[in-house]
Amino acid sequence: MVALVVGFVTVAALSVFVGSVWISPGVVFHVIGSKLGLVDGGDLDPAVVKVVWDLRLPRVLLGAVVGAGLAVAGGAIQVAVRNPLGDPYLLGVMAGASTGAVCVIVVGSGATGGVGVSAAAFVGAAVATTLTFAFGRSGSRLPAVRVVLAGVAVAYLFSSVTFYLQTLATPNELKRALFWGLGSLGGATWVDLRIPTAAVVVGVIWLLTQARSLNALLTGHESAASLGVNVERQQVMLLFAASALSAVVVAVAGGIGFVGLVVPHVARMLLGSDHRRALPAMVLLGALFLIVADLAARTIVRPAEIPIGVVTSAVGAPFFLWLLRRVRTGS
Amino acid sequence: MTVDLAVDGVSVSVDTVAIVHAASLDAAPGTFTGVLGPNGSGKSTLLRSIYRSRQPTAGTVLVDGRDVWSVSAKVAAQLTAVVAQEGSSDFDFTVREMVEMGRNPHKRFLQRDTEEDEVLVERALSLAGVDRFVDRTFATLSGGEKQRVLVARCLAQQSPLLVLDEPTNHLDVCAQFELLDLISSLSVTTVAALHDLNLAARYCDRVVVLDAGRVVAAGAPAEVLTVELLADVFGVRSSCTLSDDGASVELRMLGSVRSVRSQVEF
Repeated sequence: MVALVVGFVTVAALSVFVGSVWISPGVVFHVIGSKLGLVDGGDLDPAVVKVVWDLRLPRVLLGAVVGAGLAVAGGAIQVAVRNPLGDPYLLGVMAGASTGAVCVIVVGSGATGGVGVSAAAFVGAAVATTLTFAFGRSGSRLPAVRVVLAGVAVAYLFSSVTFYLQTLATPNELKRALFWGLGSLGGATWVDLRIPTAAVVVGVIWLLTQARSLNALLTGHESAASLGVNVERQQVMLLFAASALSAVVVAVAGGIGFVGLVVPHVARMLLGSDHRRALPAMVLLGALFLIVADLAARTIVRPAEIPIGVVTSAVGAPFFLWLLRRVRTGS
Repeated sequence: MTVDLAVDGVSVSVDTVAIVHAASLDAAPGTFTGVLGPNGSGKSTLLRSIYRSRQPTAGTVLVDGRDVWSVSAKVAAQLTAVVAQEGSSDFDFTVREMVEMGRNPHKRFLQRDTEEDEVLVERALSLAGVDRFVDRTFATLSGGEKQRVLVARCLAQQSPLLVLDEPTNHLDVCAQFELLDLISSLSVTTVAALHDLNLAARYCDRVVVLDAGRVVAAGAPAEVLTVELLADVFGVRSSCTLSDDGASVELRMLGSVRSVRSQVEF
């Protein structure tokens, strides 16, 4: 855990220093100090201040928030459906968000009442997950298999709308839609950070209060019930919280795949399945992974950028396949 | 800390199919009650209504005089600990972590484990004889070891009633004896569904026999487990040998009642 904290701080700092131009740690801390009113920043180059404070810091922080949010959302869903292949996108969050975002990109925000891409993505994600829950429920319960099947069907439905919209798009719009779907932390501002940060902080704190229940749920539903967990209610709350959290995060950052699937497993492998330790590890690892992925995304083909979703999937997909084999041979 | 379990007129349906019909059973403090019956007779379903997993359509379940269906899940867990029949999970915990979970029903949000919890967990581990492998992962244990860990978790839970659903399933002969020796050495009130009638006769203070969801007999094993009952309920021919004092009974299963008939026909 200590190693994770050190790793996270190191990587976060490094990715503020590194970019199209190297900015020395001294200058970075000077900028941060002056912005916080700790030191006088009168002698700093305004361009450097802008790069550090307005471009790189919000981007790195957004990476941390998005990574942490996707990771804990994935971890929570894996517990709720009691399946190691659980993922925030399993509930239709991503497909819905894409439809919303592409709708605004192609049809134009004028036609959607001035709604921005992020807001539309959130609405799309919310509509899709609502449909998933509506069709996946059985009475007041959300049985795991039904929810997953409903999520897959809803995802196909929304994807068909997205694809149709893309056939109507101009090449330029198509490119924007494509890049949105692959996710990006570029262009992050301090204002962008507000809602996702609040959602992630609230979500993580709530999940931490539920850590014992999460452990009990992993040992089986009857077992959890016998340990005092209201299993059905807990499942509904977990799925709801996880999908809300991922919807907020995806709305800002676009479709960043595999973080929610892979990071929870790595966290559990490193620190065990006890969620009192695994959840904080997911937060740190998710943040760390996404910052590194973003650093790679913006430095490998400098000055151009690889979409971050490409980087996370390139790392995540092989891991997923390995996991699939391991689960299969294990059973 | 022992309690009475009072199940009164409990009926349970699963997907509108009635599985248990007006079943009643009582367990005196510290006793070991066996729930017997052929496959599909409603043993598991009746136990589920006791440990708050399947809500009865009628009747009441009182543990320590409290209706388990009108208290919270947490309070119910403080009253009843369970070793259920359930497959293993893809997620893994160590033996110690499993047993520590027994303390969950006594914990508030974010409350850390106290020294008292640790003492209780240690004691449960050593009572159940699993303290030699606390750091092994649950999935790597043998069937008998797994059941002992689950019993240890129940001990850490400190609930006055212990319910076990066919705890000796899939265990080798020696592990079956060891597990039942462990369970009957505990001071808690125990209710267990059992398949092996001789084990039930040997370890239970009382047995309750279910047939097609109804309680058809209840009492001391030596009184209940007769040649007639075994033929009527279980469909087996048998010979029952009572001990001289009449307190214990040994059963020999000779074959299916139906297979005799078919032999005669051919």
